[in-house]
Amino acid sequence: MSKHIALLAALAAVTAVSFAGVPARAAEPKTYELIIKDHKFTPDRIEVPAGEPFYLLVKNQDSGVEEFDSYDLHREKVIHGGREAKIKLLGLKPGTYNFIGEFHQKTALGAVIAK
Amino acid sequence: MIAALVIVFREVLEAALVVGIVLAATRGLAGSRRWVSFGIVGGLIGAALVARFAGALTDSLEGYGQEIFNASVLLIAVAMLIWHNAWMASHGRQMAADMRGVGDAVRAGDRPLYALAVVVGAAVLREGAETVLFLYGLAASDGGMMASVTGGAAGLLAGAAAGAALYFGLLRIPPRHLFKVTGWMIALLAAGMAAQAMVFLSAADMMPLGPTLWDTGWLLREDSLTGKILHTLVGYVAEPTEAQLAAYLGTLAVIAAANTLAGRAADKPATT
Repeated sequence: MSKHIALLAALAAVTAVSFAGVPARAAEPKTYELIIKDHKFTPDRIEVPAGEPFYLLVKNQDSGVEEFDSYDLHREKVIHGGREAKIKLLGLKPGTYNFIGEFHQKTALGAVIAK
Repeated sequence: MIAALVIVFREVLEAALVVGIVLAATRGLAGSRRWVSFGIVGGLIGAALVARFAGALTDSLEGYGQEIFNASVLLIAVAMLIWHNAWMASHGRQMAADMRGVGDAVRAGDRPLYALAVVVGAAVLREGAETVLFLYGLAASDGGMMASVTGGAAGLLAGAAAGAALYFGLLRIPPRHLFKVTGWMIALLAAGMAAQAMVFLSAADMMPLGPTLWDTGWLLREDSLTGKILHTLVGYVAEPTEAQLAAYLGTLAVIAAANTLAGRAADKPATT
């Protein structure tokens, strides 16, 4: 009996996450561009208003793959060379939120600063 | 070389710890080694596929394909772990009493073992995909490839050694306690994975995480080696949010309920 429940739970979970609906929003959040080139982020500091949701559009202009990784922002995303990826962030409390390019940690460093 | 070693070690460590726990939890169950091996090989093949199609995956599902994929893999592993624990709760008692009763375990043991193969495969898949991408990026870039491959191999061995250390450490526990201990470890493993899945779901813009509840980063940083080990084993998070805590406790509650139900079913007089 319990194994049937577990199976149903797994199926339900997979089904639920497959229907990724975009929640309705009153105003479209702002998008900030972040370029990866020569294993560095440009700009390496992004200022955003605190408390407002926003998108980061990360464009990997290198030929190799990079991973945008931020513990502070709870986000990690692999971006192949030549491609871009968007990252949604909800309103941040004022502060500095560091991020790195996990595959090139010495040079790929940056921060989002919420004011 | 050091960068490759550290990165590969961190990725392999998570998967190796999961494999170590699963192997300890299934000690004595015939066929378990074979199923775990299937899980590892399946996970590696899956990891190569994910790495190969990462671009298409990312672009799917409104640009959140990666996050939704990661959340799904984690939640499937959670469901499998809950099932395994419930199965052990109903059969564990008779197996703990007689570890040499492998005869019965052979017939009965096969069913939950593929669930654990899925768990192992899921862990290898998630960590392996990142590792493959990283090493592929190194191979494609200029210079120092031999150093990176050497570093990566060293990181792989170190990660596997950590998993082995966990496995042999667990085996020192007397068999009559082993099932209970691994039952707890699997429960905490599942709870941690469920909490992690919440972070990916929120990254996919499907739900908010809620406020951060506390910060124990001053005591133990989550990105330290100890922190990372505890993150995998018990789901330690330095700054947990509401959603993560809810998923963690909720999973433990579901496991407790499933185990109780399964235990009661086992207590009923059986018709052989």
